[in-house]
Amino acid sequence: MSPAKQTGCACGGTVTLLIPCSGAADTGEIADRAARKFAKGGCAGMFCLAGVSANLSGFIASAKGADRLLVLDGCNLDCARKTLAEKGITENIIHLRVTDLGFVKGKSPATAERIEAVVAELGKNLTASL
Amino acid sequence: MLIQILGPGCFKCQKLEENARQAASELNLDFHIEKVKDLQQIMAFGVMITPALVVDGVVKVAGKVPGVEDIKKLLVKQ
Repeated sequence: MSPAKQTGCACGGTVTLLIPCSGAADTGEIADRAARKFAKGGCAGMFCLAGVSANLSGFIASAKGADRLLVLDGCNLDCARKTLAEKGITENIIHLRVTDLGFVKGKSPATAERIEAVVAELGKNLTASL
Repeated sequence: MLIQILGPGCFKCQKLEENARQAASELNLDFHIEKVKDLQQIMAFGVMITPALVVDGVVKVAGKVPGVEDIKKLLVKQ
């Protein structure tokens, strides 16, 4: 993705950042791959949760400045949502869990079908928030 | 103090620069303002939304244009 696509100017309307947990488990992998696929559609910018964890000011300021955060956790540990909350980022969040779609952690390899189902869910939730 | 304004140079970037300059001047700070328009440099700050205000290497705000009084608070917090 080009830098221009990754960095959005707030003059251009609403900015939505997509933040998957990208966890090690299969549902974390689904979250990561679904987020990357969804971001390629251009409706949201892929965002780096690790940058927030590392306390990097640019990432934290960007998350706080976005109009919407589409937060995608793989399971009910909610690592992404809680990492953001640790930094005081609790507003404008649309939160989804891969396991809420019926995928069982540890028993759900990241197949194309499962990734597609999560991509569709992201789209549905983002559209509903508009 | 180095104040950097990250962004392509749109209206909001210009307004942020104007507000930051006024805030720093009213606080009688010894400052220098630099505009950063290069996207690779902007991304190196971890910033994904512009405009952004950076003070001595720390990103204070992104995607918003705080008023003069709010920027003063950010500058004093250094």
